Amino acid sequence: MTGDAVGAAPVLQIRDAALRRDGRELWSGLNLDVAAGELVAVLGPSGSGKTTLMRAILGLEPLSAGTITVDGRPVRGPGNRSIGYIPQSRPLPPDTALRGRDLVALGVSGHRFGLPVPRRGDTKRIAALVEAVGAGDFADRPVGVLSGGEQQRLRVGQALADDPTLLLCDEPLTSLDLANQQAVIGLIDRHRTQHDAAVLLVTHDINPLLGRVDRILYIANGRFTLGTPGEVLRSDVLSDLYGANVFVLRAGDRLVVVGAPDAEESHHHHEHGVLE
Amino acid sequence: MNWDDVWNAMFGGLPVYGEILALVSNSVWAGAVLGLVGGLVGVFVIQRDMAFAVHGISELSFAGAAAALLIGVDVVTGSIVGSLIAAALIGWLGAKARDRNSIIGVLMPFGLGLGILFLSLYNGRSANRFSLLTGQIVSVQTGQLGWLIVISVLVLAGILLIWRPLRFDSLDPQSAAARGVPTTAISLGFMLLLGLIVAVAVHIIGALLVMALLVTPAAAAMRVATGPVSVPLLSAAFGFVSAVGGILLAIAGTLPVSPYITTISFAIYVVCRMIGARRGRVARTRQPSRAAR
Repeated sequence: MTGDAVGAAPVLQIRDAALRRDGRELWSGLNLDVAAGELVAVLGPSGSGKTTLMRAILGLEPLSAGTITVDGRPVRGPGNRSIGYIPQSRPLPPDTALRGRDLVALGVSGHRFGLPVPRRGDTKRIAALVEAVGAGDFADRPVGVLSGGEQQRLRVGQALADDPTLLLCDEPLTSLDLANQQAVIGLIDRHRTQHDAAVLLVTHDINPLLGRVDRILYIANGRFTLGTPGEVLRSDVLSDLYGANVFVLRAGDRLVVVGAPDAEESHHHHEHGVLE
Repeated sequence: MNWDDVWNAMFGGLPVYGEILALVSNSVWAGAVLGLVGGLVGVFVIQRDMAFAVHGISELSFAGAAAALLIGVDVVTGSIVGSLIAAALIGWLGAKARDRNSIIGVLMPFGLGLGILFLSLYNGRSANRFSLLTGQIVSVQTGQLGWLIVISVLVLAGILLIWRPLRFDSLDPQSAAARGVPTTAISLGFMLLLGLIVAVAVHIIGALLVMALLVTPAAAAMRVATGPVSVPLLSAAFGFVSAVGGILLAIAGTLPVSPYITTISFAIYVVCRMIGARRGRVARTRQPSRAAR
């Protein structure tokens, strides 16, 4: 707001961060800057502390050491208006007493205490968000009957409620088909370019993001490597990180990582066991 | 079985209905408020998957009331103390649904057994004994009815004040926490409100039948409606009709109130289920592609 220096400052800044859980060090010495308009993907096996990193940025869990600042302000507790959070796509129960629009509305007014009376401007804001994520066609139907892709679009709308300068996405594409993966990434990417927002996205599959991702933070074995996709997604780099023979293979325009210990199958189980 | 006796038991009071109604008008008020508030709370009970918790709390509430009866203190206070202890234990130890169910399974028979022990030791008026388990609103004294109404109104105020964060937390605790909703405080606050309203319900329909006003109306409403306003309103209306209708029917005869309330509430559920099933069929034939998911 006051000159060039602010414009150049990173939206998200992590300094000397360390994470220990149950006496085990997940990683330490993590430094990461994410600039406005940049998309950084976080990759790594389950239990490597990706989700905990997200929770630390949100102010839900403390780091063991180090600092995090968002928009130049140190993270103190949850509820940061500058951050939009997109969770994993989990199907909602079919009898959920909400319409699509109401899921988006939670982002606008879901945190407010007091009589549930809408403030002036709320309805308009919600309608604008529904339009922005292309959910107009199904916004008035019960969320429980909507497809996973439709529900996830609405969750993106919810996360964009405050025009966040930083989007945190924790496995936002899990269990979506390819078309819906592209649709959801498209929405995230549009917010990034239109609002010059920074995006930090945890994923176990980099393929849907190739071509859009600027840098990759790959965490494994208590260590990490940070760089462009071309620098990180290489057999020698990942083999060194894992301390095992890992191969990055190209199949057409897709990448496959072979030989990494703890592959995707066990992913969901561990993630919860270790991180929650 | 003599049909005349059945008729008398059900409708023997009709000639003097007006006088009976005047005598029990406070009970009708208490039933009305409990029906409304129970319906509203029930929506969250179902969304948070806590029907079993309601049952567990009500058994400990029963134990509390029976203990109060035995040592000669106020029964309503006893039931509230029992309820709150149960709600706090379940809220504290059972943050995850799985843990919660096992803790309730452990607490429930213990509470019920304790209550039965206290009742056996108690040698006062025997009508009080069963009324805690199966309810008899019309035998509750006027002073206590006032308290039941006050507590219900407090719960109503509490639930309205935390309405939106509670709804957010019930639907998606992770996103709610990320957005700054104090999810732990909200969960414990809801357990407290639930404990209070269960204690009220124990006196009106009895510990064993509490779910007829705290679960059934909301379950019925969710079969026929999906809006964030229509479901709670409908649920509150169903609770109100069950409670008030049950009392008004019961005082025409000599039968207890509870079977009337549970039957009306169940009938509403069955009708809603049929309407919901028909709608579901129509929706499926209209949109075959959606049914796949």
